[in-house]
Amino acid sequence: MPVPILHQGRLLIASVPPTATDRDLRELQDDLAEQVGRIGARGVIIDVSVLDILDSFATRVLETVGQVSHLRGATTVIVGIQPDVALAMVQLGVTLDAVATALDLEGGLALLHEQRSAASR
Amino acid sequence: MDADTRVRVAEDVDVVVARQAGRELAQRLGMSASLQTMVATAISEVARNMVVYAGCGEIVLSVVSDDGRRGIEITARDDGPGIADVDLAMRDGYSTGNSLGLGLPGARRLMDDFLVESVPQGGTTITMRKWLAEWT
Repeated sequence: MPVPILHQGRLLIASVPPTATDRDLRELQDDLAEQVGRIGARGVIIDVSVLDILDSFATRVLETVGQVSHLRGATTVIVGIQPDVALAMVQLGVTLDAVATALDLEGGLALLHEQRSAASR
Repeated sequence: MDADTRVRVAEDVDVVVARQAGRELAQRLGMSASLQTMVATAISEVARNMVVYAGCGEIVLSVVSDDGRRGIEITARDDGPGIADVDLAMRDGYSTGNSLGLGLPGARRLMDDFLVESVPQGGTTITMRKWLAEWT
């Protein structure tokens, strides 16, 4: 089942459901890459607040989205990593370097806004 | 005595089924959200390896006890190509596929007990356990 991507101005927002399979994540990665270019997105927000796990594959997808978006002028923010998911990620040994993180959607939007304000000074 | 839960893993969606089953069993056992997530994540890693490298296999989930403590045991068995060098496979960053190479060593870090038995061309069996602390 494809992960829906919302457009809001130059922002893309995707909310990943807990039932997402590896294939769904791969498709999301490709869809986001295509849409960043198509709408000239400046920001990508991926909401993982209802995901009960982020394993090495999912983390890699998020990192790839971050890297690809960055190459095309957009910042990616992952929002809503749950506490036990964060703990398991640390134990697993994965890191998120190509993306920013925020506690929730509001935090993610604020982060992107701050970044744009800073860039225009 | 809880009966075993067996999940046949052959494609993407089965990875999700297997880890959900693991979470449910961990929850029934009284494990915290953190332990449940660790168990589910470890299952996700080995189940994916099974699909990617062996095509299909089976994951068996059971409740085990040892010296007064209870735990969950996961046995992931396939008849795939096996792991030629287990030590190498257990090293972070090593991957024969197009991945981070964190699956096996990562799963080991998440679990308490971890055993890999593999023979080239003879399949792989991964046995891992997570224990509930006695005082919970």
